[in-house]
Amino acid sequence: MWFAYNLIRHGDLLKASAIRRVTTESSTGSTSSTRVQLTLLISVEKLDFDAQSAQLHVSGRIVEETKYTKLGQFHTLDLELNRNFSIEKKEGWDSVAKNFVKEACDPVKSADVWAVIMQEGLSHLAILTGHRTVLRQKVEMTVPKKRGTGRQGNHDKALEKFFQVTMDTLLRQLDLTENKPILLASPGFVAQAFLKHVLETATRTGNKALLAQKSNFVVSHSASGYLHSLNEVLQTPEVLARLKDTKYARETRLMNDFMNLLFKDDGKAAYGPDEVEQAVEKGAVGRGGGILLISDSLFRSQDVDVRRKWVSLVDKVRETEGGEVRVLSSTHESGKRLEGLGGIAAMLTFPLEYLDEDEEEEDVMPNGDINGIKS
Amino acid sequence: MSRHKLVKALDLDEELDDFDGGIKPDYDDEVSAEDKEQLRLGTIKVRDILGEDAGMTDKKIEDSLWHYYYDIDKTVNYLLSQKTNSQPKKSKKKKAGDGEAKATGPSPDDIVIKAQNTKGPTPKAAKQPTPPAKSNKSVNGVIQGVSEVNIEDTKIRGKNLDVLAEFERSKPKNAANFVVIGHVDAGKSTLMGRLLYDLKVVDQRTLDKYRKESERLGKGSFALAWVLDQGTEERNRGVTIDIAMNKFETENTSFTILDAPGHRDFIPNMIAGASQADFAVLVIDASTGNFESGLKGQTKEHALLVRSMGVQRIVIAINKLDTVQWSQDRFNEISQQVSAFLTSAGFLSRNLAFVPCAGLTGDNIVRKADDPKASWYPGPPLVSLLESSKPVTRALEKPLRLTIDDIFRGGIQNSLSVSGRLDSGNVQIGDTVLVMPAKEAGAIKGLEVDSEPAEWAVAGQNVILHLTEIDTKYLKSGDVICPPSAPIQCVTSFTIKVLAFEHVTLMHCEVHKGTLHAPGRVTQLIAQLDKASGAAVKGKPRLIKPGSVARVVVEVDDPVPLEPGGRVILRAGGETVGAGLVE
Repeated sequence: MWFAYNLIRHGDLLKASAIRRVTTESSTGSTSSTRVQLTLLISVEKLDFDAQSAQLHVSGRIVEETKYTKLGQFHTLDLELNRNFSIEKKEGWDSVAKNFVKEACDPVKSADVWAVIMQEGLSHLAILTGHRTVLRQKVEMTVPKKRGTGRQGNHDKALEKFFQVTMDTLLRQLDLTENKPILLASPGFVAQAFLKHVLETATRTGNKALLAQKSNFVVSHSASGYLHSLNEVLQTPEVLARLKDTKYARETRLMNDFMNLLFKDDGKAAYGPDEVEQAVEKGAVGRGGGILLISDSLFRSQDVDVRRKWVSLVDKVRETEGGEVRVLSSTHESGKRLEGLGGIAAMLTFPLEYLDEDEEEEDVMPNGDINGIKS
Repeated sequence: MSRHKLVKALDLDEELDDFDGGIKPDYDDEVSAEDKEQLRLGTIKVRDILGEDAGMTDKKIEDSLWHYYYDIDKTVNYLLSQKTNSQPKKSKKKKAGDGEAKATGPSPDDIVIKAQNTKGPTPKAAKQPTPPAKSNKSVNGVIQGVSEVNIEDTKIRGKNLDVLAEFERSKPKNAANFVVIGHVDAGKSTLMGRLLYDLKVVDQRTLDKYRKESERLGKGSFALAWVLDQGTEERNRGVTIDIAMNKFETENTSFTILDAPGHRDFIPNMIAGASQADFAVLVIDASTGNFESGLKGQTKEHALLVRSMGVQRIVIAINKLDTVQWSQDRFNEISQQVSAFLTSAGFLSRNLAFVPCAGLTGDNIVRKADDPKASWYPGPPLVSLLESSKPVTRALEKPLRLTIDDIFRGGIQNSLSVSGRLDSGNVQIGDTVLVMPAKEAGAIKGLEVDSEPAEWAVAGQNVILHLTEIDTKYLKSGDVICPPSAPIQCVTSFTIKVLAFEHVTLMHCEVHKGTLHAPGRVTQLIAQLDKASGAAVKGKPRLIKPGSVARVVVEVDDPVPLEPGGRVILRAGGETVGAGLVE
């Protein structure tokens, strides 16, 4: 569905089955409405992606008359997994769109992973699929701190309760018949203590299905209980060993490489739309290590020209320059990091000094102002 | 458990004097509906037998019924015998023997006793009931007492004190908070445990207990640290996890220790503690190899953190010198390196003080070192250095600001209590306060300063506020309590002047301010600044290198209470990337 969301654009023609309520008026004036299933062809005007249920709502005008509908009427099609639909692109299929389709049809089953990122009193439950990270639930509770002798019970009790709530939430989300890895990550010992709690509770209540999942739990380290710590989790060796070669692991690694390159500050890393465009123009994103990182959100632009600009940039790097292009999913943590950098970044084959020099000239004035206010 | 203890503690002979009925233990604390019905019926029957006896409350009858498993005869017996208890012991023995005969009705004797009883139980009578009933009753008594108190409390009347004048009048001792920082396993907790022990804040018996328990876990050397590390997890692992607060007083200053965890995972906790500190004690492990690894690790990070949180003065305790035979060379080497580093971090060299010590043995902590090898050190022990800290001026006049450190249930009377340190302003019982960012108002019904009940508190004190008229769901640690007249602003985007510890660019980070922490992003790099003058040297930098200063915009998902001048810490991936000042 995520692919469909990336694929379907404003102005495309979409054909899918739909259920529409049809109201008929009889000769006596009484109305009766019936629901009919029909196949509609619409011209897309609006897209809405429901991340939780993985449904795509597409609304647009009907362009093909049927028995029940007139031309130009509006309809919203709900696209779901295992429902057929066909797309017709107004201006033909570009390379990026074709790649999306190719990737979507990749038979390698995407490895889904559950992740629980926690710290005392805070946990985030998320599911990582091949192309998306979906935050399913956030648990937040106050856990009193340790204080004085004899009051320790408060803290331990609250922590126990917090574990129980997190566990209940996890079990509600989890399908125990599936065999998916479950990452538990936290700073300190929280994740370990949580796993212990889960297994003890499972043993006590005789939850065999849960106990069978024992080998699926992976305890790892993260700096905090926030979702963006997932980056760090995906880098730890024990996690990498299990998730090697999944798309998100690759993306995370790529983003880290880029960050490290940027921190080296030798001019071989560029980010932001203008900077990257310049770099591509100068031929720095080419054969022998040039990698263009681009977030798929850029292709989702409603403006056809903007989209075309990015597509041509990608084509240029790939075909003329011979560099590598990686499209990162904007819902993954790595993609979000990329979005923070403007949605596009590039690792260059040769250093380009002072990429930002041009902009600086314009900025002298506002900076002067800021200082003026300060002093 | 407690009940069994009570049973054991009671004199058995006295027990037997009192009754002949078999004592059946009651394990159930819950009263089921069925039981309640039986209790009700039983109470009616007992009342019938005893006649209209004003001296017997329903409660008493029910308790005894419960105890005797609804055996009416035994209950009546017991109740009567209890009434006779206020008589001298000798006659009571006889009466208890023929208690059965009295079950028919009150005897003339009883009437007299009844009159005595109604006046209120004599101390003796209060002592007499059977052990389970006793514990029940005493608990009930307390609960009754509490409910009475509560009724009085529902209307809080503030005294409308002029807190500042009160504060002037009270001529307080100098109060100082200090945070103990250093690399993991430098011996911070042990050093502080020793300090408290030598100052007799912790008695020998407690320490012996800790020693025994820690030895059982195979961690004998951790006994002193256990004085501060109270958590189960902390003790099992031998690592401090959360800040421990402890108090001690010297002749002219009362100190609050904030013992910070050294492990890098718990730096958020350390930040929370350090934000409440006036000065810092940096503990350094002098043993070979450990000092070097510490300097690269948290010794450095902690020192930078406390500096960026506004701590000026730092006492450096070079610990574990006993393991290197009190080598003066080692001490000098370490102090040189550390002092070079600290001055480069922005501490003035006159604000640094070094002391060689050994936490485990207690040398140079409270007393001078006994070891002749340590005689080269002429200076005072650690505690005297602490005392020489100058009193800090506090923002008493400014509006109230209190960052919530912890939320808990402060006893039976107080269902909702918060603790923290008053950053500025003052507060007294009866004040209405606003909790930000929830924007919920509550009232203060009770107040504790340093765990002692008080009427008011001023900036710089560690307080516990007992709140009422507010639900616990509106509170979380890191929230700010402020007066409704001058609420703190909550922002989702703010500009900070940041000193970068690591590379800073457009990235995700966590924003820490004291106990407050929130996920955020650096969304804009406005300008790189000159370190000394603060003037912009480069607009829109692509990257901020470690050690440089820049002005950046930070966005957070949910509004956070922040004011200009507030000091924030940015962390990413388990590392502190920068410290900033909100503009």
